[in-house]
Amino acid sequence: MSTEVATIGLTHGASEDTGLGHRGPESKSIVVPYGFWLFVLSDMVLFSALFATYATLTNATDGGPTSNQLFDRNLVAIETLALLISSFTCGLAMIAAKRKNMAWTQIWLLVTGLLGAVFLFIELYEFATMVGEGAGPQRSAFLSAFFTLVGCHGAHVTAGLLWIGTMMAQLWAKGFREHIMRRLLCLSVFWHALDIIWVAIFTIVYLIGTLP
Amino acid sequence: MLGKLSWDAIPFHDPIPLITSLVVILAVLGIGIWVWRKGYWPALYHGYITSTDHKKIGIMYIVLALLMLVRGFADAIMMRLQQSLAIGASQGYLPPEHYNQIFSAHGTIMIFFVAMPFVIGFMNFVVPLQLGVRDVAFPTMNNVSFWLTASGALLINLSLFIGEFARTGWLAYPPLSELEFSPGVGVDYYLVALQISGVGTVLTAVNFVTTILKTRAPGMSYLRMPVFCWTSLAANLIILAAFPVLTVTLALLMLDRYMGFHFFTNDGGGNSMLYMNLIWVWGHPEVYILVLPAFGIYSEVAATFSGKPLFGYRSMVFATMVICIVSLMVWLHHFFTMGAGANINAIFGIASMIIGIPTGVKIYNWLFTMYGGRVRFTVPMYYLIGFMLTFVGGGLTGVLLAIPPVDFVVHNSLFLVAHFHHVIIGGVVFALMAGYTYWFPKAFGFTLDERLGKMIFWCWFIGFHLAFMPLYVLGLWGGTRRMQHISDPSWAPWLNVALLGAVIIGVGIVLTVVQLLYSIKTREQRLDVTGDPWDGRTLEWLTLSPPPHYNFAVLPDVHGEEAYWIRKQTAIKQDALIDEPDYQPIEMPIDTPTGVICAFFASLCGFAVIWHIWWLAILGLVGAFAVFVWYAWQDEHEHIIPVEEVRANARERRRIRMEHLHSLSQST
Amino acid sequence: MDPFGRHPSCFRSTRVVSRIALTATSILLLTACNRGILDPVGPVGQAEKTILINSTAIMLAIIIPTMIATVAIAWWFRRGNKKATYRPDWEYSGAIEMVVWGIPLLTIMLLGGIAWIGSHDLEPSKPLASANPPLRVEVVSLDWKWLFIYPDQGIATVNQLVVPEKTPVSYRLTSATVWNVFFVPQFGTMIYTMPRMTTQLHLQADRPGVYDGLSAHFSGDGFPGMEFKAQVLPTDQFATWAQGSRGQGGALDAASYAELTKPTSYVKPMTYGTVSPGLFDAIVADRVDQLHLPIPQAAPSVEKASATPSGG
Repeated sequence: MSTEVATIGLTHGASEDTGLGHRGPESKSIVVPYGFWLFVLSDMVLFSALFATYATLTNATDGGPTSNQLFDRNLVAIETLALLISSFTCGLAMIAAKRKNMAWTQIWLLVTGLLGAVFLFIELYEFATMVGEGAGPQRSAFLSAFFTLVGCHGAHVTAGLLWIGTMMAQLWAKGFREHIMRRLLCLSVFWHALDIIWVAIFTIVYLIGTLP
Repeated sequence: MLGKLSWDAIPFHDPIPLITSLVVILAVLGIGIWVWRKGYWPALYHGYITSTDHKKIGIMYIVLALLMLVRGFADAIMMRLQQSLAIGASQGYLPPEHYNQIFSAHGTIMIFFVAMPFVIGFMNFVVPLQLGVRDVAFPTMNNVSFWLTASGALLINLSLFIGEFARTGWLAYPPLSELEFSPGVGVDYYLVALQISGVGTVLTAVNFVTTILKTRAPGMSYLRMPVFCWTSLAANLIILAAFPVLTVTLALLMLDRYMGFHFFTNDGGGNSMLYMNLIWVWGHPEVYILVLPAFGIYSEVAATFSGKPLFGYRSMVFATMVICIVSLMVWLHHFFTMGAGANINAIFGIASMIIGIPTGVKIYNWLFTMYGGRVRFTVPMYYLIGFMLTFVGGGLTGVLLAIPPVDFVVHNSLFLVAHFHHVIIGGVVFALMAGYTYWFPKAFGFTLDERLGKMIFWCWFIGFHLAFMPLYVLGLWGGTRRMQHISDPSWAPWLNVALLGAVIIGVGIVLTVVQLLYSIKTREQRLDVTGDPWDGRTLEWLTLSPPPHYNFAVLPDVHGEEAYWIRKQTAIKQDALIDEPDYQPIEMPIDTPTGVICAFFASLCGFAVIWHIWWLAILGLVGAFAVFVWYAWQDEHEHIIPVEEVRANARERRRIRMEHLHSLSQST
Repeated sequence: MDPFGRHPSCFRSTRVVSRIALTATSILLLTACNRGILDPVGPVGQAEKTILINSTAIMLAIIIPTMIATVAIAWWFRRGNKKATYRPDWEYSGAIEMVVWGIPLLTIMLLGGIAWIGSHDLEPSKPLASANPPLRVEVVSLDWKWLFIYPDQGIATVNQLVVPEKTPVSYRLTSATVWNVFFVPQFGTMIYTMPRMTTQLHLQADRPGVYDGLSAHFSGDGFPGMEFKAQVLPTDQFATWAQGSRGQGGALDAASYAELTKPTSYVKPMTYGTVSPGLFDAIVADRVDQLHLPIPQAAPSVEKASATPSGG
């Protein structure tokens, strides 16, 4: 998503304090992340609709395989671990960026991206296995909902990887400029949000789905 | 290579779409050539198409809305004509496959491409001015949002020339909209167009919530914001909460249609009731996305033309936010007849009625705004009073529909059709026309012709009542909606009255064009030199008409609820403007073609998806990503307006204001 | 500036016009009433009509004064009126705020009570109280016609619903293709018919006659032709009709049902003298082709096939 904005209306003359604590437009370093947070919130609403769909259709297996027969907790545990660690390394990248340490920022971003790729690879492997077993999304409404919910998260991770790659290139080319820092902040917000959504997926889809 | 696309997609054998297509293509070409010959192209390109100026983007939204209004109205009159003709033995002039496309297109276009861009256009134009700032929070994204909306509108209209449109109604309920029952590309046009414009709408909401919450003039605390800003905030919060659900709903249907998933299909365990719920989780809040800003417009109009502050401002704000929240909890009233059970029906029915309370409060507050005022019967005021008289009726039928046992007999009927046109025309359209008249001089520097304006009002007012009161009657007779043919000949007189009403509305729309052309021609007589033609109360009237790109040379300090009114009264009392401030250079966003290029790739990709031309779809996506990266790589997103220019403009404005002030103090 | 004051003559002409309009409207309204849902023939429709009219009256009691006040206030406080007091700073009054919140609040509380009680009394799946045992009818919406199966009589009709008077009728409804709504305006409550799901509805008609029925939910190109006649017969005549139809006409089995499902519109009423038992459940389960086999009761598609808690 575009986080790039132009400055607007920030150069008003010294205005008097009207006593209400409101002194005019906020600076860009506030406005841009705020807008991005709103976007992330709307993304959360999007996922909540997908969760609702999954919850509605979870028993609509149409005689096909159920969650208990399909999900492999161990594989998902590794997947989850990869994503959780990537969130941590993303945080490390932000700390390095704050200290204007180019090498470590790039390294941690790279590690974050690689862990994201591992996550994505495991997910695709899981999908491929299921499709191979005849449990593809066309099999039943339950599987349609499963592939869509998890796949939508996967698509977000893919977009995040593209973003990480682009950010690394931009950082390399342009250094720690103010707008690059803002974008990095948005990227980390995005990446942590994906983590939060994954925790919900892990709980609602995989843990509850494999209860005996 | 070209997927499902072939020459069969062009309607060579259907005169209506063929001739319409040719006329539209010729008109577009003609206008293009005219613009080119007159040498307006650079001005159009730099001044509008690539503009990041919220005012220009607002104007583009409203132009789009007016164009689409003509299209949507053409659909409406065709439906009315068909229902007047196809009674008893006659089948009329439209076979079902055409008629069904027309009512589907009418609903889709009127909501998504008339009402939405109109409302968003006003938000764009007005909100930053009323907040006393220079632009929205994300000007480039604003331009992108507009072009994505336009891209959706383009695809919808393309369906007239290439292929077909959905024949499933404006919400495309499955299983009818599933591949099994609708194998053509019509539903795909619907889905893809709405997905693209929906992205634009969500970005708009992000933009405006940020703008309103984070960028306001100094001193403008929340409870000093004009009511239009509050209602815009509420509408955009609803967009943020509701539009992602629409995106999901349409995406799930696309997965069913394109990849054989089973969300809403009859087989595979699909659940079509789920679609009904999801689409109305978006659909009902959508009504308030439209009507809340409309309430905001009425509030501005009521205060200005009554010469008084809005009565019960805080109450109004509270009522707005109550509606904002409750609107998300009432969706189930759209299908009481699904058999959900008495408790669920009753709870959702009562929740729906609760919205009537803050709405009723608003009506009374406008009433008491006029009380003790000096009411000027201008065109916007006509619309306000017309709205108050009309809307209470629409509210009445709305509460009736919210009572489950009443809904059991009028659900889906012509009674319902009459009800929602009652509130959308009487509530939203009247507000849009009022706002159009009210803010036109701010945008272009001259007012619209008053006499023609009043004629247009009467066309809408009378036309609406003639067109829809008969439908209430037919609904009480048990008449249902979406009928291509009517068996009962006794309906004929009522349908003919409805047709007459539609024709009168049509006259109003033609007169709107006449009014615009006539007002441009005679603009010298009605120039707005002061920037404050209506004796306004909010900050947009502080600056000149049309305002400079940066709106305000210095951001105004706000000292009360009606920022400009207070300032004006102080100036009149002291017979002097406030001291000249220290001007500074202003940094403003530069124009960018990002939005239009983005929309080009989005349209390309959308068209490719509709026709299953996969290589083109991938090309479109790659193109969009490339534009994105290219834009992100730019370093210069702002340019500086030199202090000399700011100072010169500001001094000119002060001179005009002083003259105006003297003329005021002489007259009193 | 002021459009009303300038032309006193327009008052006279509007008065004439309004008188003509008033007469015309009253004539139209007289012919308009007593039709459709305003002329119910059974207890359900009657109750719904009563709620409709009562609620309208309650709201009109608020709305008409509001409309009059709107015009009167706007007119009295017009700019040209020297007698009106201009109070440019009057923007708040706690008492008025109380009233403007109070009036809608009380109205909605009253109407909310009506809605709550009405929803429970008139819940479609709730059986009607009656001395007569209910008649069972199974309704299937097809592309684009209605199939009515009388499981106890062993007959079926297309586009013709026949019910005895003063007898509650218990409908089970489903759809073979897309969604429709079963609606006989003069009977009362309408309800969705949905594929792979059943809904339940209880209606009663007390006045013999022939009434219009329709689908009240758009279902495709043949939709306007989905009309049917609902005939209410005196009880003895209904028995005679059911007896007479038995064995007459064709048989409705898997083969003839397949023939019937072909999309047609404006279908003339017809009767089947025999019906394969379990046809309705087979349609709900989408297993009509296996109609001769027993239908597995625990089939997953039947299991979820319930739109109402008491349905299915």
